[in-house]
Amino acid sequence: MKVYILKRLLMLPLVILMVATLVFFLTHSVPGSAVRILLGPHAGEAQIEKATKEFGLDKPLVVQYGMYMKRLFHGDLGTSIVSRRPVVRDLMTFFPATIELSLAAMVMLVVVGISLGAVSAIHRSSLLDMFARGLAVGGVAMPQFWLGLMFILVFFYWSGWLPGGGRLDLTLDPPTTITGMYVLDSLLTGNWKTLWDSILHLILPALTLGLTNLSTTTAMVRSSMLQTLSQDYITMARAYGFSDTKVHYVYALKNSMITAVTVIGMTSGHLLGGAVLVETVFDWPGIGLFAAQSILNVDYAPIIAVTMLVAVTYAVMNLVADILYAVLDPRIHF
Amino acid sequence: MASQNNSKKESRLSYAAYIIRKSPMSLLGLFLVAGIIFLALFSPWIATHDPLKINFDQGFKPPSAQHWFGTDDLGRDVFSRIVYGSRISLKIALFVVGIAATLGTALGLFSGYIGGVVDIIIMRVVDTFLAIPPFILAMVATAALGPSLTNVMIALSITWWTWYARIVRGEVLRLKNLNFMMAERSLGARLPRMLFRHLLPNCVGPVAVQTTLQLGLAVLTSAGLSFLGLGAQPPSPAWGLMIATGRQYLPDQWWMTTFPGMMIFLLVMGFILIGDTIRDVLSRDIQ
Repeated sequence: MKVYILKRLLMLPLVILMVATLVFFLTHSVPGSAVRILLGPHAGEAQIEKATKEFGLDKPLVVQYGMYMKRLFHGDLGTSIVSRRPVVRDLMTFFPATIELSLAAMVMLVVVGISLGAVSAIHRSSLLDMFARGLAVGGVAMPQFWLGLMFILVFFYWSGWLPGGGRLDLTLDPPTTITGMYVLDSLLTGNWKTLWDSILHLILPALTLGLTNLSTTTAMVRSSMLQTLSQDYITMARAYGFSDTKVHYVYALKNSMITAVTVIGMTSGHLLGGAVLVETVFDWPGIGLFAAQSILNVDYAPIIAVTMLVAVTYAVMNLVADILYAVLDPRIHF
Repeated sequence: MASQNNSKKESRLSYAAYIIRKSPMSLLGLFLVAGIIFLALFSPWIATHDPLKINFDQGFKPPSAQHWFGTDDLGRDVFSRIVYGSRISLKIALFVVGIAATLGTALGLFSGYIGGVVDIIIMRVVDTFLAIPPFILAMVATAALGPSLTNVMIALSITWWTWYARIVRGEVLRLKNLNFMMAERSLGARLPRMLFRHLLPNCVGPVAVQTTLQLGLAVLTSAGLSFLGLGAQPPSPAWGLMIATGRQYLPDQWWMTTFPGMMIFLLVMGFILIGDTIRDVLSRDIQ
């Protein structure tokens, strides 16, 4: 077990290196118009040349790659051409918002996904089963940005029940930064008004991100529950005369819950990927919105940095899920 | 052998027909996709207006008998734009999946069958691509190529072949040492014959399931990229771009956003339901 974890941890830098290389060549293979965009259409040749030199965009690709890798080893992710600030600083500002959103979506996903999957398995082939599975498949088929806009239309514009974007009401000050996650920070500082408001702001984006990723969780919990229900110990529990409710929701569900852990690893990539669209729709100032804006400015450094951060987070989440899985289920050995 | 093959094929077909009859969901999937293909093929006859014709004094009209889905900010008929937009979505889906499936299947076959260094290199490349969430990868590739619909198609094709490579390689590894392969090899069959006559037909099932799922995913992703401004550019009637434009006019002109999104949903849903049906038919073979 320890050897396995160690091995996986050692693989992590390798994954990062490969991802960095792939992303570099993807973004730099087309001659960059980054400078032109920064300086505007009326910039003179001399100006363009100077800026190109300053950012090293005139060197051969291989040299640029070497420079990029060297800087990477020093923890330098480059400077945004547009804001002229180190990308690392921007990432640290924006990342907590994305984590907060993804975590909220994950909680929603696990709670709703497990319930739907369990109900669907217990009442197999019933109308309820069809409804649960239809909801899960329907979620995947929805364009995330469109679902978000529809939620805003109904719950903000038409009914006014929930806020339509941002992390906090403009009249409220953000809580003292401890983790950067507003819900957690306001809880820690005991700022109840801010806590309530930040939760309200989280509901729609988290729902959008969660609903569109439901199907994997539901399908996995359903099939693992079906498998569990056919096992001997369930038959025995029934023979003992335990009520259906107890057999289903205590004995069977407990074992199927382990599946949910794998789902955390598997869906984290989709959640982080979906965050770009959902954050854009809800003006949620996370790394997704940051990436979307950088792309429109042809600003290389932030795009590369966000992609790497997402890939690393994805790899770490998968590692955590695998380890948790082994810890929770003593039958698994590595 | 031939007759046996035929009867197996026949039974599979009749089973497919049985499943379609029995499950209304698969029928719905076929109906949705066929309906949208119909829209794309006969757009000029179905559309009630010119999708690109700007008509300022007809702007922002709500749905009515004349404009079924209303008009947009430039007075263009939303229904007609949606009808023509189906061509864009289907074109992207077919192009991307065609290239990705061909490239991925070929690389997967070689990787699995030849093994050794070739296998290691191809699989490490696949792992690297898969380490980045698909939407982010598509976004980076499109951003690098520059925003346009063609670049979206190129970006998706060059990043999405990896799934096919992995699936096909797995199948090849499973089949490689079965008796019929050994027999063929010992009879002196050459590499192309082994790959395309014997291994490829056996990979068709899993590839078909992946293909239908990816058709849907290509529609969703390209719409998302268009929404971000990376894909289709105005005045294109691409559904994702229509939603992006409509967003500025919420909540009053809700029809500009609502209808194109519904079309994306219906098309993707259709692909997913067809994929599920194929999976059901195939899983019976395995049993």
